[in-house]
Amino acid sequence: MIGLLLGTLRTATPLLFAALGGMFSERGGVVNIALEGILLVGAFAAAAAAYYSGSPWLGVAAAVVAGVGLAALHALVSLRFRVDQIVSGVALNMLALGATEFLMWIFFGSGSNSPRLGSPGLPATAGRLLVELPPLTLLALLAVPASSWLLFRSRFGLRLRAVGEHPEAADSLGLPVHRLQFYGVLLSGALAGAGGAFLSLNAHYFVKNMSAGRGFIALAALIFGKWRPGGILGATLLFGFAESLQGHLDLPWLPVRFMQLLPYLLTMVALVGVIGRCRGPAAVGRLFVKD
Amino acid sequence: MRVELEALSRSFPGVRAVQDVSLAYEPGRLYALVGENGAGKSTLMHLLYGMLPPDAGRILVDGRPVRLAGSQDAIRLGIGMVHQHFMLVDTLTVAENVVLGAEPGRWGRLDRGAARAAVRRDAERFGLAVDPDAPLESLSVGEAQRVEILKVLYRGASFLIFDEPTGVLTPQEARGLFAILRRLRDEGKTVVLISHKLDEVLSVAEIIDVMRRGRHVGRLAREEAGAERLARMMVGREVLLRVDKPPAAAGPPVLEARGLGVRRRPGQAELADVSFILRRGEILGVAGVEGNGQRELAALVTGLLRPEAGELRLDGRPLRGLTPRRARDLGIRHVPEDRQRTGLVLDMSLRENLILGEEGSPAAGQAGVILPGRVAALARRRVAEYDVRVADTRQSARALSGGNQQKLVLARELDGDPRLLVACHPTRGVDVGAIEYIHRTLLAKRTRGLAVLLFSSELSELLALSDRIGVLYRGRLTAVLDADVVDEETLGLYITGARGVADA
Repeated sequence: MIGLLLGTLRTATPLLFAALGGMFSERGGVVNIALEGILLVGAFAAAAAAYYSGSPWLGVAAAVVAGVGLAALHALVSLRFRVDQIVSGVALNMLALGATEFLMWIFFGSGSNSPRLGSPGLPATAGRLLVELPPLTLLALLAVPASSWLLFRSRFGLRLRAVGEHPEAADSLGLPVHRLQFYGVLLSGALAGAGGAFLSLNAHYFVKNMSAGRGFIALAALIFGKWRPGGILGATLLFGFAESLQGHLDLPWLPVRFMQLLPYLLTMVALVGVIGRCRGPAAVGRLFVKD
Repeated sequence: MRVELEALSRSFPGVRAVQDVSLAYEPGRLYALVGENGAGKSTLMHLLYGMLPPDAGRILVDGRPVRLAGSQDAIRLGIGMVHQHFMLVDTLTVAENVVLGAEPGRWGRLDRGAARAAVRRDAERFGLAVDPDAPLESLSVGEAQRVEILKVLYRGASFLIFDEPTGVLTPQEARGLFAILRRLRDEGKTVVLISHKLDEVLSVAEIIDVMRRGRHVGRLAREEAGAERLARMMVGREVLLRVDKPPAAAGPPVLEARGLGVRRRPGQAELADVSFILRRGEILGVAGVEGNGQRELAALVTGLLRPEAGELRLDGRPLRGLTPRRARDLGIRHVPEDRQRTGLVLDMSLRENLILGEEGSPAAGQAGVILPGRVAALARRRVAEYDVRVADTRQSARALSGGNQQKLVLARELDGDPRLLVACHPTRGVDVGAIEYIHRTLLAKRTRGLAVLLFSSELSELLALSDRIGVLYRGRLTAVLDADVVDEETLGLYITGARGVADA
């Protein structure tokens, strides 16, 4: 049971980071399907920095920086240069895939995976469960109340929500609509970047295309969680549970391949069940243009 | 705060919206600015609120000239505006909407307690009852307007402009608003009410300014201003253009409503037991304060909404399971109330807009293929016939003026002699020339046998065009009156429910 619980928390970690990130982007009105690419770039940056510096924590920092960088590109392209947000996101996902493959050869001299990496750890005095639980997982869990405070109890959060709902109203009150949206997207890059760091550092390797669709599952969790931190936590735990069930559930009559499908099937069922009954930010995906 | 406008002028391409207007406003008074649509009232106030720069002239606040680069500057000087279309965020609470952009709290924290207290304080002082914690989407239109007023007050405004504030309100809500305006005045604020409704202006304002075609044509104290005198000043000396309505020659029933009803839902008003007959060659006007079921009735007849009770008959045959497509096929046409959102696809060309709904007909193409030659010919003919002033039919509909856009909608809906036209506010926001054209066209089509169900918030328009006028009040048809024997005043009594309910 403890094993299943830990497995659930571990698999949920990158999803949680990425979905919370997506929440800040979409609450401000910008669709960020580049989450997938940001996870991947974060994973790579963490691996490269951790490998060369020997410090996994430096790897995490590098992942956050790389995530913010890719997110900034998304914000710049879609807000400043008015490219459709979906198109920009797709392009950045492809860029992330190609760039990480290419850089793997340069950094690690291999096209498939990196050398073995260390994981970030806490001092052994921290207690058994805390040692068992990766520190990044703890951080992700702490990010839930922090995000909730930022979104609902801070000035920035109020303005961000207003901008994502009714940018014209925000503008009429003198709020800098695009700048607020920019910050929301950058925040999504930082969080998803951290999620990427968890992917490679927890697995001890960076593997080609290791994000494997988790960015999109995170987007599904964002919708399933109704754009709220608490809901997102629940959704990512559910998806994490479905995925880690594979290793713990041994049903001879059920093909293994089917078990691997489970998280994805669950995603679709969850979305069908929730769509229509929930409403995202009203102005999401619509570029605000001041006339 | 004393505000003076000195020789302000502002032109738009082809229109001199405001010409050489000078006005002074003293604190603690309640002013009104009246004029017909397009007389320049709103433009003048937009100049004062910094939303537009003037071409010439200047604005003085307490004797000092000020430059307004945007509404932010106006707000800083204590000038606030309650817009006709609310600028509110539905998902936020009342208090959040009020403080947005100027939030109380330190270190980035949003101090909700302080926000709530600020809302309560202003609400109490000015009599604007509203719950600070209510989500905005749960409010009525009248309450939402109070939130807009609170927003302006929270930012420290001492000069408040209300742009046509009663258009969206029920009579009760409007009375509540007038009480608030008086209260604001008593607290030393300057209030300017922009309106084209003479009765409401005469009941609240102390000083009335009249504009006509961009010019300020006079200022009257309420005591010296009567409705007739104001109307004369608004319209000018020349005789009011009256449309000539030939006597009715109504034929057999075209549309028959029997006990129509829909339930009240969020965003939908109730409609109950509505029955009427609309005959060939007849214009049946529908009067009512907005939100009393007009929108729902129009939606029922055009197939956009299904009746939950009763039925509609066209030429005696029941219309069951009516869809907009089937309505079109049966010859029911629709001029929707919002031409920009519902009537046209603004970014498509005139040609494309003119074949919408008929893109499958032989006039536009064959076997699912649209033939550009046919479309162009059709568009050229319709544009010429319906007086749409445009050089090239490949132009996008967005580029047209309001009047031309509306004529474009009419060209599409009226061409081909339909049976029935549902016309919703067909002259809302269009210039005087286009109004005249639209009125003449509707009457000409009526003479040729078209049945028209006409919705309008302008009582004068209903009286000028209709043969009979039905009154909707709280979802019920409380009277059907002969247009030749009622006047605006009587109609006003009916639409506010002062008359008609008992008889129905």
